[in-house]
Amino acid sequence: MAVRKPPITTREYWAPGHAACAGCGCATSLKLATKAFSEAMEEKYGDPNAFAIAHATGCMEVVSAVFPYTAWKAPWIHVAFENAAAVASGVEAAWKKIGRKGKILAIGGDGGTADIGLQALSGMLERWHNVVYLMYDNEAYMNTGIQRSSSTPYGAWTTTSPPGKYSIGEDKPKKWVALIAAAHQIPYVATASVANPFDFVRKMKKAAKVDGPAFVQVQCTCVPGWRAPPEKSIEITRLAIETGVWPLFEIENGDFFNIKIQPPGGGAKVKREGGRVVAIEFKKPIEEYLKLQGRFKHLFKRPEAIDELREQIKAMWKTLGVDVTLPKPEE
Amino acid sequence: MEYKPIRKVVSGNYAAAYAALHSRVQVVAAYPITPQTSIIEKIAEFIANGETDIQYVPVESEHSAMAACIGASATGARAFTATSAQGLALMHEMLHWASGARLPIVMVDVNRAMAPPWSVWDDQTDSLAQRDTGWMQFYAENNQEVYDGVIMAFKVAETVNLPAMVIESAFILSHTYDVVEMIPQELVDEFLPPRKPLYDLADFEREPFSVGSLATPADYYEFRYKIQKAMEEAKKVIKEVGREFGERFGRDYSQMIETYRTDDADFVFMGMGSLMGTVKQAVDILRQEGYKVGAAKVRWFRPFPKEELYELAKNVDGIAVLDRNYSFGMEGILFTEAKGALYNTDAKPLMKNYIVGLGGRDFTVNDVRKIAENMNAVIEKGELDVEVDWYHLKR
Repeated sequence: MAVRKPPITTREYWAPGHAACAGCGCATSLKLATKAFSEAMEEKYGDPNAFAIAHATGCMEVVSAVFPYTAWKAPWIHVAFENAAAVASGVEAAWKKIGRKGKILAIGGDGGTADIGLQALSGMLERWHNVVYLMYDNEAYMNTGIQRSSSTPYGAWTTTSPPGKYSIGEDKPKKWVALIAAAHQIPYVATASVANPFDFVRKMKKAAKVDGPAFVQVQCTCVPGWRAPPEKSIEITRLAIETGVWPLFEIENGDFFNIKIQPPGGGAKVKREGGRVVAIEFKKPIEEYLKLQGRFKHLFKRPEAIDELREQIKAMWKTLGVDVTLPKPEE
Repeated sequence: MEYKPIRKVVSGNYAAAYAALHSRVQVVAAYPITPQTSIIEKIAEFIANGETDIQYVPVESEHSAMAACIGASATGARAFTATSAQGLALMHEMLHWASGARLPIVMVDVNRAMAPPWSVWDDQTDSLAQRDTGWMQFYAENNQEVYDGVIMAFKVAETVNLPAMVIESAFILSHTYDVVEMIPQELVDEFLPPRKPLYDLADFEREPFSVGSLATPADYYEFRYKIQKAMEEAKKVIKEVGREFGERFGRDYSQMIETYRTDDADFVFMGMGSLMGTVKQAVDILRQEGYKVGAAKVRWFRPFPKEELYELAKNVDGIAVLDRNYSFGMEGILFTEAKGALYNTDAKPLMKNYIVGLGGRDFTVNDVRKIAENMNAVIEKGELDVEVDWYHLKR
């Protein structure tokens, strides 16, 4: 009997026994990312283990390595919060010096990447280290107990952006680090989602195979931080794509005029010109995404804030060169 | 191979760069800051000229410099960096990391005053503020000691698996040219063989490991104890390495406190770094004038040579501790350390603290003479006039 080849390697680098929450989207992202990395290394260098990981402080760091145990089946180093990119730079330099072939994977959350680690990230990208930086974006400082980061979306409740009489919650638009990374004109930048594992794995493999730096920003649910039911973790991130909240795109060599946009699904109509996506008409309102999460609950009493979020999402798509229409829910 | 030194006229900074080159460092990650910059400029020049294939990572901050050194050192490479003052302060978090991860990184710190007010001149407070980071600290008196210090520091660091700082004075050494006897590469290689790392992020022969894990209260305590044990071990290793260096190359570093004409001294001047060169010269003059004085140069501040200090202190009436540094709310930092080290012993010399040369204030042979006159009077009277003397203060 013929055995069908599994769609992705069965090798595991992120072992069971880690202490992540049930429904943690970030844990899923790391499991997939390391599998993709391993496949890429096998295809490129004939060695599935030809990588090491430099990890910023954060949820995934804390849950994966509690001495004397570890969930990592690849060489792994954690050095503080703000410098996964700098540590990866040093590891890569040493690999180069000793002539070991392979690639380094740097991992950081949105706080460790968009805020405190942004300088080190920029330095690593600009110096052209052979490193893939994976930003797992759960859109707030979840490890310290849900504080806003610059990657927290407009309107979200966090403990440092609480809604109240004088506050609608987080009052700044989300900062898109992928676009900042792309401005370094590095070979490869992509956004991804744990709700679309095949797209994510393809992008991670591509990132791992390019010569030079690459950056992947993956959206992943934080069950306690988003006030979301664990069983809806993937559904929520899928709705983020389908409603236009989370764009899936790729930018090669900083070529902003040729951004590759992945179709969002969910019935959205995609308009292309010369192969380029120029407009998307979304069919699902962002309310479908927001309503599953307690962090946006208060917005439903403030419809003008949801409209403001819609405007910000349109503006973000405009930066990607795409005119979008975002429906309001039917009355 | 017989040892024939190669004599070069170099600045303290170039001495540091040559020492790094001769130590066959593999990764250098550094960021420019006055007065350190010419160290990394020289290393960049070595690479550009094809004299070495060091991987040079021109990082975007000192914090990332040490982070990259940590990454490289954890991969088994011999890693080196250099900095000064504000740069060292920015690295502070990473210094704890390097020692906690037991990585034998060597760094040259060019002592420079902390701002404000802004200053680029000599002052030891930057390095002494890193006292509790788990780094060994070697203070060089002259350019030769900068060169020798870096090579020895790698050997000591790689033996005990702790990082080491080699410290030189801003401008007084960093930019002042002097003859330095350099060691032919083959002989450095014999003295300092390739590093054998505790663990290695590029080693796939062993089960992959994780470094930098979380340790609960059930484990953290023992990690700290092991660092202290390594520091104690380092005292032995420093003496052995210093002796071996002397046997091979003629300059003995087996004393952690270098004593100069202390045998029959009534009192001694104690201090660290380049100012001790001035003190030794002054001691010769003062001896001719009838003062029975000596000099005690603390080479290694961490680990602190308590035992050697006791051997010195039990035979003198007084110690004038010269601090080119200050701990606000207390006194000179070496003074505190020296007093503390002697407290539970039977050595009770009169100890007085002279705060000298802060922010590069000139410190001359004549200043040593004035301090000797004051110290002599204090000892004759048998009591201190003041415990901490802001010697240079404009009155």
